[in-house]
Amino acid sequence: MTPVDAPAANDVILSVRDLVTTFDTDVGRLTAVDGVSFDVRRGRTLGIVGESGCGKSVTALSIMRLLPQPMGRIQGGRILFEGRDLATLPPAELHRIRGGRIGMIFQEPMTALNPVQPIGRQLSEVFLLHRTRDTADAWRRGTEMLRKVGIPAPEIRMHEYPHQLSGGMRQRVVIAMALACEPAVVIADEPTTALDVTIQAQILELMQALQRDLGLAVVLITHDLGVIAETCDDVIVMYAGRVAESGPVEAIFDRPAHPYTRGLLDSIPRLEGTRKARLRVIEGMVPGLRDLPAGCRFQNRCPHRVDRCATAPALEAVGPGHEAACHRWRELPPR
Amino acid sequence: MTVDTPAAPTAPLLQLEDVRMHFPVREGLFLRSTRSCRAVDGVSLQLRAGETLGLVGESGCGKSTLGKCIVRLHQPTAGRILFEGTDLAALGQAALKPWRRHLQMVFQDPVESLNARHTVGEIVAEPFVIHGEGDARERRERVLGLLEKVGLPAAAADRYPFEFSGGQRQRIGIARALALRPRLLVCDEPVSALDVSIQSQVLNLLLELQRELGLSYLFIAHNLAVVKHVSDRIAIMYLGRIVELAPADELYASPRHPYTRALLSAIPRPDPRGTRERIVLQGDVPSPISPPAGCPFHPRCPHATDRCRVEAPALRAAPGRPGHTVSCHLDL
Repeated sequence: MTPVDAPAANDVILSVRDLVTTFDTDVGRLTAVDGVSFDVRRGRTLGIVGESGCGKSVTALSIMRLLPQPMGRIQGGRILFEGRDLATLPPAELHRIRGGRIGMIFQEPMTALNPVQPIGRQLSEVFLLHRTRDTADAWRRGTEMLRKVGIPAPEIRMHEYPHQLSGGMRQRVVIAMALACEPAVVIADEPTTALDVTIQAQILELMQALQRDLGLAVVLITHDLGVIAETCDDVIVMYAGRVAESGPVEAIFDRPAHPYTRGLLDSIPRLEGTRKARLRVIEGMVPGLRDLPAGCRFQNRCPHRVDRCATAPALEAVGPGHEAACHRWRELPPR
Repeated sequence: MTVDTPAAPTAPLLQLEDVRMHFPVREGLFLRSTRSCRAVDGVSLQLRAGETLGLVGESGCGKSTLGKCIVRLHQPTAGRILFEGTDLAALGQAALKPWRRHLQMVFQDPVESLNARHTVGEIVAEPFVIHGEGDARERRERVLGLLEKVGLPAAAADRYPFEFSGGQRQRIGIARALALRPRLLVCDEPVSALDVSIQSQVLNLLLELQRELGLSYLFIAHNLAVVKHVSDRIAIMYLGRIVELAPADELYASPRHPYTRALLSAIPRPDPRGTRERIVLQGDVPSPISPPAGCPFHPRCPHATDRCRVEAPALRAAPGRPGHTVSCHLDL
């Protein structure tokens, strides 16, 4: 794999089209992701940001086909990757792609690792599944991978159990496993949320360096707008299962078009802000999946609501590569 | 911020003197206590009436343990906790009870800190029951008043915690903490479990309550932007000790301790054009069971000298900077 500079249309390596994912629950079928589309480009980082329940993690699980069974189901849409549709791929072929061509990093490294196996065994397993039949070779490659993610004395660490490592070290192991087979895409769901800020800085730095070296595409799912601003090239803002706004990171932060994006950016306390001043808020709370309003899903919290909002707004272009789903984006006051 | 208090305005509401909390580590065949975990290792600081003191540090630095020592959920191993001149650390449970009403705590997890089997009304009224205040009708009235104060409808009193969202549950926790009209609230990560759009609602509520009731806050958190927003002064904690303490704006404008500088530079800023140098610290926080000799920060410090490896620095005034103290041998 070679590093790339400027993105082009043919650099799209993962394309999600009109994804609909539902969960069958005691109270009926709930639609967690409702018609989400985006493209992931080689060498670029796409951030998906939103609050709890917005469907960002379910989107990631859908791509990996790791939805909780039997409740979770992809009801519609396509997930195009290297000429195939992951949404309908048979499980046997999926196994080759998961952990091979697409790597995964989850929020809590302790739950992603097996607590009763040394990490060396877990790391070699990835190579045994996808690359080699020789256990000694797999072990050697695993040791090399640990070195690459900056773990000191990897030969010794290979024999240790997850509980013997710190949170930051464990997340490095998970990253090593995700990158072991030089995937084309890595999907990282809140990879630094469980970590302290100084450790978060180490991990983000590591991911960016590895991305540069390997030309990886990264899908980074987070609720932290700071992490988005510092690591992503493109951003998708999700709200209640739909895309509210998407575009290049500078456009999203400088010229947010959707009232929800504006509300999010306005409500975070900033280091350069005035102390003890009243923060701007988004009134109310996210509606539950059971009682989503018809039309625009943000309408019950939106300060700009009008009658038109009772019909669902489609995503429309508001700038180069920048889309928002709001009827009134042209009429909103400048920020 | 000034508030009318019986004490002179300069006298601290709360003064900690060399507070230590060492937990025994039980290990081996007979679970004998051979070593101790120095969660809090000699903390001295003051909190003035009506002031918010932010307490910042990473997991395991002892910030929550210190908060629990102050409200006496822990009995500190050593040191004095002077609340309006009375040493709470020296009091037994019975003698402590009348003081407890003045110091209350708001916890991080609004799910685990509320009894799921009690109605919200019962939860908020519990402090009245414990302290024998009022009859049933009076308690009910005060509960409704408290719910209104934290922005919840009166109907909430007859519902159960699970019926509420995270932000609303945190409001319930705040209402309970306010029931006995405390002077000091220890807020331990009160917004870190909440979504961004809800965080700002709860922060606004805490600021309003402080203005209205003249409360003092010890605000414990790891999010420096949040802490700066609410605090008058900020203390940075590392491995059980305060490494730097300064007025909030001063701390952010000219941090003196290398750890504070690294922390500040590590915060991801919501600005995609930001071009600042990030100081990435090497390694992890050492264990408080076997803290390093000398300065506790020296194994990760980019400026460490031989002196730092043997001699622990004391907290001293930063030259020419009023109210700013730092524990570092180097004059950065």
